[in-house]
Amino acid sequence: MTGTRFSTLGRALCALGLALGLAGAALAQQPLKIGFGMSLTGPLAGNGKAALIAMEIWRDDVNAKGGILGRKVEFVYYDDQTSPATVPGIYTKLLDVDKVDLVVSGYGTNVIAPAMPIMMQRNITFMTLFGLNVNSKFSYDRYFQIMPAGPNPAVGWSQGFFDAAMSMNPKPKTVALVGADAEYPAMALEGAREHAKKTGLKIVYDKTYPPNTVDYSPIVRAIQATNPEIVFVASYPPDSAGMVRSANEVGLKTRMFGGGLVGPQFAALKTQLGPLLNGVVNYEFYAPDLGSKFPFLEKFLGKYQARAVVEKVDPLGFYLPPYAYAMMQVLDQAITATKGLDQAKLAEYIHKSEFDTFVGKVRFAKNGEWAASRVMMTQYHGITGNDVEQFKKPGRLTVLSPKEYKTGDLKAPYHENKK
Amino acid sequence: MEVSGALLANAIIAGLLLGGFYAAVSVGISISFGMLDVVNIAHPAFIILGSYIAYIVNDQFGFDPIVVSIVVSPLFFLLGMVLYRIYYLCFERRGQESLRGLAFFFGILFITEVALVLIFGVDYRMVNTRYGDVTWRMGAIDFPMRLVVPFLVSMVMVIGIQLFLTHTFFGRAVLAVAQDQLALRLMGVNPVRVKELAFAISIATASVAGAFLIVIQPVQPAIGREYIGLVFAVCVLGGMGSIWGTLLGAFVLGLAETFTSTFFGPSWAPAVSFGLLLATLAFRPSGLLGR
Repeated sequence: MTGTRFSTLGRALCALGLALGLAGAALAQQPLKIGFGMSLTGPLAGNGKAALIAMEIWRDDVNAKGGILGRKVEFVYYDDQTSPATVPGIYTKLLDVDKVDLVVSGYGTNVIAPAMPIMMQRNITFMTLFGLNVNSKFSYDRYFQIMPAGPNPAVGWSQGFFDAAMSMNPKPKTVALVGADAEYPAMALEGAREHAKKTGLKIVYDKTYPPNTVDYSPIVRAIQATNPEIVFVASYPPDSAGMVRSANEVGLKTRMFGGGLVGPQFAALKTQLGPLLNGVVNYEFYAPDLGSKFPFLEKFLGKYQARAVVEKVDPLGFYLPPYAYAMMQVLDQAITATKGLDQAKLAEYIHKSEFDTFVGKVRFAKNGEWAASRVMMTQYHGITGNDVEQFKKPGRLTVLSPKEYKTGDLKAPYHENKK
Repeated sequence: MEVSGALLANAIIAGLLLGGFYAAVSVGISISFGMLDVVNIAHPAFIILGSYIAYIVNDQFGFDPIVVSIVVSPLFFLLGMVLYRIYYLCFERRGQESLRGLAFFFGILFITEVALVLIFGVDYRMVNTRYGDVTWRMGAIDFPMRLVVPFLVSMVMVIGIQLFLTHTFFGRAVLAVAQDQLALRLMGVNPVRVKELAFAISIATASVAGAFLIVIQPVQPAIGREYIGLVFAVCVLGGMGSIWGTLLGAFVLGLAETFTSTFFGPSWAPAVSFGLLLATLAFRPSGLLGR
C-alpha cells in the first residue's frame, strides 16, 4: 500500500517536473520581444525609418548568432507619427498588451520625454536614441542615452561651436540665438545661453519660431538688423533648409552661422542645399576625413547603405543609424552579462561598464548620458553641385573640434566663405 | 533692433510674396468649401501629391516643377471630377455630406499620405530649379526668385480663376450654385455637373500650389497637415466664396506673419494671424469680402 502511494506520488512529481521542464524549455524558446515607438511618418520619419533599418540589421545579426540568451530577438513597434501625444499610448500598449520584455525609445527628444513618466512608474531600464538633455528634468537612474553629447548635453552640444567662436581673433562680442518652438531646439538654446553667459557674449537676438514657418527671410533679416558676430541656430530639417536658404538670399553678414542645424547630417539636405552649405559651421558625428579613426563603422555602413537605397532613406547613414545599432549593442551586452532581464541589474550593469560598439567605446555618466562628449563641430566647404557622392569622400567637411578629431581651422567670416 | 526703411520694405515684400503663395494653396479651398460647400479637408494632401509629381519629373528629366504642374493639372482636374462623383453618389445625394463627407475626405487625406510614403519613402524631397538660389536685389530690397516665381504664377492663376468665374457662363453658374441651386435648376443647368467641374478646378489648383510648395521648401508626405488650418483660415478671413477675398486674406496673413517675425518675434506670428482672423470675424462675420 505504502509502495503504491509512493509510486503514485513519485509519478505525480515526475510529471510535474517534466511539465515545468518543458515549460522552461518553451520559455527559453520564446522570442525576446523588444518594443518601441518610432517616427515612421511625420516630419522626422526620414530619421526614424533610418534608425529602424539599423535596429533591424542589429536584430538580424544577433539572431544569426543564435539570439540573446538563446532567445531569438523580435521587435514590436508602432509608428509614433513624430507626435509626442501618441507616445504614452504606444508604450502602455507595448507593456500591458503586447507584454514585451524590454523597451527602447524612438528617435529624438520630442518622443523620448513623453515616455519617461511611464518608464519611471514601472522602474524600467530605458535605452534612448538621440534625446537632448531629457533626463535633466527627470533625474531617472535607469535612463541611458546613446547620443555622444556628454554628461551635460545642453552645454556639450554647442561646446564646439562656442569654442570655435572664441578661437577667432578678435574674439566675438555678440551672439544671436534662434530656434524652433520644440523640445530639442529649446534644450540646445538653453545650452547656448549658458555658453554666452560663460564667455561674456552679449545676446542681441534670442527668439523662437513656429516649426511650420514657410519663409525664414524675415527672421534672418531681423537677426541681421541686430548685427550679431555669431549666429547659433537650433532647428529641425525643414527649418534648417529654410534658415540656410534665407541666410543665402538675405546675404547674412556674420562671422559664424549654424551650430545646431538638424538635417545637414543626412544626404537629403546635404544634396538639396549643396553649395549653400559652404561656410556653415554645424555639428556632425562623423566625417569621411576621419574614416581611419572609425574603422568599425565600415562594416555597418556596408550593410546599411545597401538597404537604405531600397527603402528610400538617408543613403549615407553617417549620423543616426550607427548609433541606433550601438544602442541595441549596449542592451545586448548588458543582457548577456547579467544573464537575464532584471531591470535593476541591467541598469546597474550599464552604469558601471564600458561597451564596445560600432560607434566606439561607450561609457555612461551617472545621469545616463555619455561620460564624455564627442560632438564634432565641423565646417562645410568646397561643395559643388548637388551630387551625393562628394559627401562620401574626404575634403568637404573640416572638423574643428574636439581636438582629437580636428582636421583644420575655422574659416571666418561666414559670408566670405560660401565657396 | 533698429527699424530701418529697408527692413520695413523687405517685410512688406516678403509678406506679399508669402501671401501670393498662401493664395495659391487656399484658392482651391475657397472654391470647394466657400462656393460648393464641400469640406475638402484632403486639399493639402493633393497639394503634396502635386509636389511629388513635380519632384519626380524634375528629378528624372530636369523639367521646371511649375511647368510640370501646369502640364499635369488636367490630370488633377480629372481626379477632382472622379472624387466629386464618388462624394456626390455616396454622401451628398443622400444628405449625409456633413459628417460622413468630412470623414470621407479625412480618409482620402490619409490614403494619399500613405501612398506617397510607400512610393517615395519618408525622406524630405526638394527640387532644383535655375532660379531657386537666385536673389534679385533692388538697393536694399531682396527679391528671392524662390518666392517671386511662385508669386507671379499664383497671381496669374488666382486672377485667371476670378475672371473665369465672373466672365463666363459656367463661372457664373458656379457662383450661382453657391447661392441657389434650385434657381439654377430652373435655368436648365444641372448643379451637380457644375459642382463636379468646379470641384475639379479646385483640385487642379492643388497641382500648381504643390509645385510652389516644393520650390519654396523641402516636402515630406505628411507636411500637408500643417496647411489645413492655414488654408481654411485664409478662406474664412477673406470671405467664403470670394476669390478676391481669398487673395486679400492671403496677403493679410502673409503680411501679418512677416511683420510679426521681423519686428516682434516669429513665435508670435500664428497668434497675431489668428487674432486678426478672430477680430475680423467679430466685426465682419462674413469675412473681409464675403457677402
